[in-house]
Amino acid sequence: MAQITAGITTSHVPAIGAALDQGKDGTDYWAPVFAGYDWTKEWIAREKPDVVVLVYNDHASAFSLEIIPTFAIGCADEFPIADEGFGPRPVPTVLGHPGLACHLAQSLILDEFDMTVINKMDVDHGLTVPLSLMFAQPLEWPVKVVPIAVNVVQYPPPTGERCYKLGQALRRAIESYDEGLNVQVWGTGGMSHQLQGPRAGLINQKFDNAFLDDMTANPDALRAITHLEYLREAGSEGIELVMWLVMRGALGDAVQELHRFYHVPASNTAVGHLVLKPTPKEQ
Amino acid sequence: MVDNSEFDDIPGTTVFTAERSHEGFHLNQFCMSLMKPQNRERFKVNERAYLDEWPMTEAQKQAVLDRDYNAMMALGGNVYFLAKIFATDGISFQTAAASMTGMTVDEYAAMMLAGGRSPEGVRSIKEGR
Repeated sequence: MAQITAGITTSHVPAIGAALDQGKDGTDYWAPVFAGYDWTKEWIAREKPDVVVLVYNDHASAFSLEIIPTFAIGCADEFPIADEGFGPRPVPTVLGHPGLACHLAQSLILDEFDMTVINKMDVDHGLTVPLSLMFAQPLEWPVKVVPIAVNVVQYPPPTGERCYKLGQALRRAIESYDEGLNVQVWGTGGMSHQLQGPRAGLINQKFDNAFLDDMTANPDALRAITHLEYLREAGSEGIELVMWLVMRGALGDAVQELHRFYHVPASNTAVGHLVLKPTPKEQ
Repeated sequence: MVDNSEFDDIPGTTVFTAERSHEGFHLNQFCMSLMKPQNRERFKVNERAYLDEWPMTEAQKQAVLDRDYNAMMALGGNVYFLAKIFATDGISFQTAAASMTGMTVDEYAAMMLAGGRSPEGVRSIKEGR
């Protein structure tokens, strides 16, 4: 049976992708950001996950304002790289895992989560920057990816509680897939940042560090954070943190923190990164 | 009945609700069109003519021509869509964000390097915190 072996959270700041693509990752500004992922790069090369269920949000790339799905799952063979206005990032096409994805879509819908099924989709920095942070610049990505896109562009995004419960359903669905896959679940976006209006540039290090603590120690506290609190404390785009809770819900009650990184700033954003491992169930 | 008045209590922040999405539909769809290189070229050659192909309001078109991002957001623009404009212009998200704050690009970059804008005093107008 497929198993969730680990969970990762990370910010997906577009400037991180641009820095890497333009060879600026060694500069004084960017080197400390990339250094926060060195441990993870070594760890994941040993872990060799088969599939990453990658929870992210599209940034007006695949989804215009014509149709705005709250939760969507990508079931295609492959996902081309989006042109976000400056040409596509020079990274490999993302390969899907249609077998697992179709199983997850059906399982989740019958488990009361009404996913939108996507058979054709370009993916933007929200999905490719996390891959670049974990795997650098390979000729081919070393994992298959099942994208789960969450609307956080148009208010309201799904609640943190709903995201956590989707994670719980995701775990049930993954663990009922027959093939013995090593699956990781990643939750991306955040941490505190605001990209718009006179309040742009907001960073709340106290909020972010408490959030990082509670991801391991007290996820129930995170499930209760309201949208208004995210907007006030973490900035209008900090509300992306609800996507971390999909990952956290998928990992089960008890987790162990293997790695943590926090850095301000990357462009307009506080970068947060966690590697969590589910504590094995008692036999 | 939904009540979004609590968002007006957060200073300097526009929350992109379904109502704003409706108001800004054509503005945002215009932005989306800039994901195609041939459209970016046509826009650059004659911005006004390109904008006139879209059923946007005159105020929306003028805000685009002025690159007044706060005005675009007040007229239904969303920052992730507007990002296609500043990508077309070849400027970074940070430079665009700085332009929305009234700070210079250097002042804004220095604020970010020093840890960003503190949430103190900009959480709630009525609660003064």
